[in-house]
Amino acid sequence: MKCDLCNKPAVVHEVSINNGKKKEVHLCLEHAQAAGVAIPGQQPINKLLTKFVIGQSPKSTGKECPDCGITFAQIKRSNLIGCPGCYNAFRDSLGSLIEQAQYGASSHIGRVPNRKHTPSQFELRAKKLMNELDAAVTAEQYERAAILRDRLNKLSTEVQADEDEVQGGDGGS
Amino acid sequence: MNIDGDNGIPDNDVVLTTRSRLARNLADHPFLNRASDMQSALVMQTAQRVLLDAPLSEKTLWMDLDELTPLDRSLLVERHLISRHHSESSLHRGVAISSDEHMSIMVNEEDHLRIQVIQRGSRLDETFEQLMRIDALLEQQLDYAFHDQWGYLSVCPTNVGTGIRFSVMVHLPALRITNELAKVQRAAKELHLVVRGYYGEGSESTGQIYQVSNQVTLGRTEEEIQEEFSKSIIPALIDYERSARNVLMKKNSMLLDDRIQRAYSVLCSARLLKVDEAMKLLSRVRLGASLGHVDCSIQTIDELLVQVQPAHLNQQAQSTLSDNDELEYRALIVRNTLSQQ
Repeated sequence: MKCDLCNKPAVVHEVSINNGKKKEVHLCLEHAQAAGVAIPGQQPINKLLTKFVIGQSPKSTGKECPDCGITFAQIKRSNLIGCPGCYNAFRDSLGSLIEQAQYGASSHIGRVPNRKHTPSQFELRAKKLMNELDAAVTAEQYERAAILRDRLNKLSTEVQADEDEVQGGDGGS
Repeated sequence: MNIDGDNGIPDNDVVLTTRSRLARNLADHPFLNRASDMQSALVMQTAQRVLLDAPLSEKTLWMDLDELTPLDRSLLVERHLISRHHSESSLHRGVAISSDEHMSIMVNEEDHLRIQVIQRGSRLDETFEQLMRIDALLEQQLDYAFHDQWGYLSVCPTNVGTGIRFSVMVHLPALRITNELAKVQRAAKELHLVVRGYYGEGSESTGQIYQVSNQVTLGRTEEEIQEEFSKSIIPALIDYERSARNVLMKKNSMLLDDRIQRAYSVLCSARLLKVDEAMKLLSRVRLGASLGHVDCSIQTIDELLVQVQPAHLNQQAQSTLSDNDELEYRALIVRNTLSQQ
């Protein structure tokens, strides 16, 4: 597929839904970078969907992080790591980058989390919705994705209301 | 010499503030450079709920930066409660601040959380203790990204491990006058310290005020890094500056006094003041106050250093000041404050 703005092969594919209509944008690397990937002036759903539908450069031979899709070349260029998963995905290459930044230090000897965290209602429900959203996008069910996105947006208020109700109930008994 | 500090603030003849901060990220969430709009919103919602729920301070205020006016955001920057980068970013972002303004927790700055405790004068131990207490409380509610080899994970390799950064904001006018600042900067580099300007990363030094911070966050415990800062680095900076002040007093006290008194006179009588000029003159008067050459407390000067900043002037005037009005209003605020001393 060619870039919408020139004849080069498109490497970034962005799909957006506006008023129920699907709109696709296909850009080559240069035009995608120039546009900052997330094209200005569109609905937030575009930014959300970008994560799931960014195509891979046909020329790319570097390994990608299975969690966030970043390559080590991108990390090296920006000096910014993509996600906690990158630390295992690029363990060897990152080791030397870290040693360089830390004047030769290579291992943590400081504090460690002292308690295994118990996920809150909010986190559990958010994670479930995110998984459903991921599945909806993979299956190209964009209207369902938009609904799930709205539910995620309202989640904080809903969980708060539930908690208030529980607390109110306890107080009355 | 002001060893105990005026108004009981330790070593404030040289040290304006000390700060301890932690970089923390949530497990199972991409860092912000790879996060979608929804994912950054989710981090913010998760953090906001916990920050308002945990007993972090007597009273904690939460601010959604998108809902604040640019003036309000600038006020927070001028008070060192958020960074310029945080103020100008287009991500979903917020900040939790204790009402005494000692604690601030930036959400979705460079990392998911940047937790800082700041105090006037040389009080690093106190800020470190408070920071560890806050971190322990948050850790009960949040699942931090942690790695067996590299400790607490960060978007930037310069912050992995402890994620801790200590900073001291120091006033070094005498080292500047005696041309010894370059020597201090070289020594700092050898100790793997970074020297920055008044507003931290990317900012220029204004009024001979510098921020000195540790660069290494890995391979040492939080306590080791803190101890080196408290027991070696801060005392050495204070000693260098005080020695330079003594040399100036002995060798050229009249010239030094002349500079201080001229600066004081201009501040007491100027009708128009630019921010850089005000900072430069206040810096000289601050030196005068710490040597007892002017009848003015160091704390008053430190407060003026914040009040003369553009957003603070606009807020105090309760209107949007034109460029010329701002110069006039700044001069008025400085004159009024100094005449009350």
